[in-house]
Amino acid sequence: MTASRLTIHELHDLLIKKEISATELTKEHLERIQALDGEIKSYITVTDELAMQQAKSVDVKLAAGENIGLLAGIPMALKDNLCTEGIETTCASNMLRGFKPQYSATVVNKLQAEDFVMLGKVNMDEFAMGSTTENSAFFATKNPWNADCVPGGSSGGSAASVAADLAVYALGSDTGGSIRQPASFCGIVGMKPTYGAVSRFGLIAFASSLDQIGPLAKDVTDAALIMNVITGYDKKDSTSADYAYPDYTTALTGDVKGLRIGLPKEYLGEGIDPDVEAQVRAAAAKLEELGAHVEECSLPYTRHAMPAYYLIAPAEASSNLGRYDGVRYGLRVQSKDVVGMFCQTRKQGFGPEVKRRIMLGTYALSSGYYDAYYLKALKVRNLIKQDYDRAFDQYDCLIAPTAPTTALHKGQNQDPLALYKGDICTIPSNLAGIPAMSLPYGLDRNGMPVGVQLLGKAFAEPTLLQVAYALEQNTSLTRLKPNQGKGL
Amino acid sequence: MDYEVVIGCEVHVELKTKTKIFCNCPTDFGGEPNTHVCPVCLGLPGTLPVLNKKVLEYAIKAGLAMNCEIAHFSKFDRKNYFYPDLTKAYQISQFDLPICKHGYIDIETSEGARRIGITRIHMEEDAGKLVHQGATITTSAGSLADYNRAGVPLIEIVSEPDMRSAEDVLAFLTNLKAIIEYTGVSDARMEQGSLRCDVNLSLRPVGQKEFGTRAEIKNLNSFRAVERVIKYEIERQTDILEDGGKVVQETRTWDDGKGMTFSLRSKEDSDEYRYFPDPDLTPIVVTDAYIEELRASLPEMPQVKRQRMIEEDGLPEYDAGVITASKALVDFYDGVRAHYTDAKKISNWIMVELLAKVNADGIDLSEVKIQPEQMAALLKLVDSGEISGKIAKKVFSEMFATGKDPDTIIKEQGLVQISDEGALKNMVAAVVEANPKSVEDYKAGKKKAMGFLVGQIMKESKGQANPAVINKLLTEKLDSM
Repeated sequence: MTASRLTIHELHDLLIKKEISATELTKEHLERIQALDGEIKSYITVTDELAMQQAKSVDVKLAAGENIGLLAGIPMALKDNLCTEGIETTCASNMLRGFKPQYSATVVNKLQAEDFVMLGKVNMDEFAMGSTTENSAFFATKNPWNADCVPGGSSGGSAASVAADLAVYALGSDTGGSIRQPASFCGIVGMKPTYGAVSRFGLIAFASSLDQIGPLAKDVTDAALIMNVITGYDKKDSTSADYAYPDYTTALTGDVKGLRIGLPKEYLGEGIDPDVEAQVRAAAAKLEELGAHVEECSLPYTRHAMPAYYLIAPAEASSNLGRYDGVRYGLRVQSKDVVGMFCQTRKQGFGPEVKRRIMLGTYALSSGYYDAYYLKALKVRNLIKQDYDRAFDQYDCLIAPTAPTTALHKGQNQDPLALYKGDICTIPSNLAGIPAMSLPYGLDRNGMPVGVQLLGKAFAEPTLLQVAYALEQNTSLTRLKPNQGKGL
Repeated sequence: MDYEVVIGCEVHVELKTKTKIFCNCPTDFGGEPNTHVCPVCLGLPGTLPVLNKKVLEYAIKAGLAMNCEIAHFSKFDRKNYFYPDLTKAYQISQFDLPICKHGYIDIETSEGARRIGITRIHMEEDAGKLVHQGATITTSAGSLADYNRAGVPLIEIVSEPDMRSAEDVLAFLTNLKAIIEYTGVSDARMEQGSLRCDVNLSLRPVGQKEFGTRAEIKNLNSFRAVERVIKYEIERQTDILEDGGKVVQETRTWDDGKGMTFSLRSKEDSDEYRYFPDPDLTPIVVTDAYIEELRASLPEMPQVKRQRMIEEDGLPEYDAGVITASKALVDFYDGVRAHYTDAKKISNWIMVELLAKVNADGIDLSEVKIQPEQMAALLKLVDSGEISGKIAKKVFSEMFATGKDPDTIIKEQGLVQISDEGALKNMVAAVVEANPKSVEDYKAGKKKAMGFLVGQIMKESKGQANPAVINKLLTEKLDSM
């Protein structure tokens, strides 16, 4: 039981050398899920039969001497808000329990075309609203580093499954940090691509202008390999960018000489755990040592990002989630009339955090409040974009913490506002639509992983990967494994 | 007190695109329930809208035809409300930046020419259709939803409150329908629901500047209903005001059977649509070049065509008005004109024969089988004397029923005009012999007798005799006696 510890590129080598078969690899993962996921609880649905079929077809290709793609035969997990034809897609909500989409998301089709192996659908905060995965209507997922801690969220199932070697990689979605923060809490790599780089078709919407699908992976090379497959223009998504997407692996040079890197002061200091700040500064120092120029900079509008986000995202969500009315699919609670059915269905189908955000958003969009809240939030959003534009005139990339803290303890934060504040480092980049990634970098005093965040201008993913790869190649702090201790 | 009636209209026009506004489903009318649907128009989780470019093109064309300014920057917004016919719980529409603004339509009324302002035209998607197993959605035991219509493209044309009578509204709608037909962006058929009109009506004391409180009346599916509803609402609101009451701002629905309007909902309940820009769609940017390209592609509009028919073709105003009210009639008229020069004769045939048959059969002009070239051929046959006007009507009936060429019909039915003097001489002789009294009258100077004799000969010939030849032969015969 060691193959599951490996990365995509390591496993690909083994597959083409026929040192392991896709079937064996998949079986090993399914067995680990069987053995360990009862404890970690990352999977909502395990598609074991499908996974074995997919693996077998890759082995057939290998036996026939055919070339296979880099993701072929590699077992992975999908966040349960990505539509999979005929396979339950729940958004971890009672509203969609049992819902089987009629079609697959564009990213799923792209992976399918690469002969991926899908182990199953993983847990999340209900409708991607939350940062602990405790808002799942089904069960909470544990952090593989410490079962008393949350894995982060909302892509907590994606992060936990990869960190615990229950999947080689996973896809998540990031609306305000939902890929990067759990990646940081679980000690893996997570990337939120530029808005529009990955098609949202088939991603069940939370906040359409902010949502973006991205990879959660064991190392930087894997993240680049996944990006190669999932990015691209999609005519089914009007917000998809028609862009000459590069081969992201060409950015993995290990060289950062001459790169200009900014360290925004608004992301450090008050509210940031000193251990987290220390690791960010250590990573910055390392980059300087490798030949990059690092200096402090300022993004003055950062502090307005949180209130703007918590108006824009709930406003869009309140509209996006209107369709769950019991009429066509998902939960229906019968009542004496149609309005009663709407009300009862939504009352019973949605959890408290989802309801809170629908209420917030409905209020923000209501006539008489629209200008004061929603419109003002859009203006702030513009100012934040301008902040970044100015910064990227001077810097190739920015370095910052991914989250103010390492993984929280379960149930530690019952105050929604305090939890919302935890998104402070990740939210601004969603508002600006720019790419950002989280890279593990050392541990805190309690032995929990710290995430360092890299941010770049639109379509600067190669720069982020370049910097992350240089750090990965030159320290032992990035490829971290949880000491799970229980024979895992 | 005397009241002035103030009316504005909101007209929804279904665009004649092949596919829906945000997906590739067909827009065809009819079809088994829920067969013209896909994940996108069903609003299934994770689906996204992609604008059908034809919808933008058609909306701009309609706007140009109604003299609107076209917005270079426009966007789609979500209109949020819950109803089972709405698959996403919001309708994608346009709120504050519609594609067209500030246009007008000119109308002719008994009180002269008037200009009715067009406030705006915007694009939106249609909703599905509910079939209630009971009177209404709240009282029915169950309802069935058909989403074939969900996502069919619409434009909503909003007029200024510039109309003052039912006559104004009918003239406005007639012209609007004609303009829409001319542009080719819709069939604009009220019976099929591809043109739907809501009427906003209020009263104010004559001389008062401020508008009174209005009622919006929906569910009008014929011009006749529009006329009736305006009469009804004027009476209803007058009664309220006369009794010292206040008109409530509300949405009312027209019950065609009962001939009454009923309150549907008050405005306060329904005005909260929480509009905001749809983040799934990018803003619509239109260049001047594109607008000019579309402007150049527009056919002549009815008002202009009408004027030209009067000035250049010498048609009476009335004829030009009747023909230009329908694009199909104009096309037919122009088609005949291309092969035949006498405009008045063409308009007579269209207004008398063609429209009578179309109305009698209750068919649409698009279903008329006669081709313009065939009509021109028929008129030429009359002019050349090959058939009489009377026979021409008979041939026309047959052409209308079968779509056959007039020549074919004449040949098949042996309807050709008899101009052969040899053949007609015997007929003339026989009739003269059989009617000595008339001959006497004629000889006595009663010229009327001549007409009687001609009629008898025409009868004898089953209408096929050439009247000119008969006249000549008969005069010769009588003068020789």
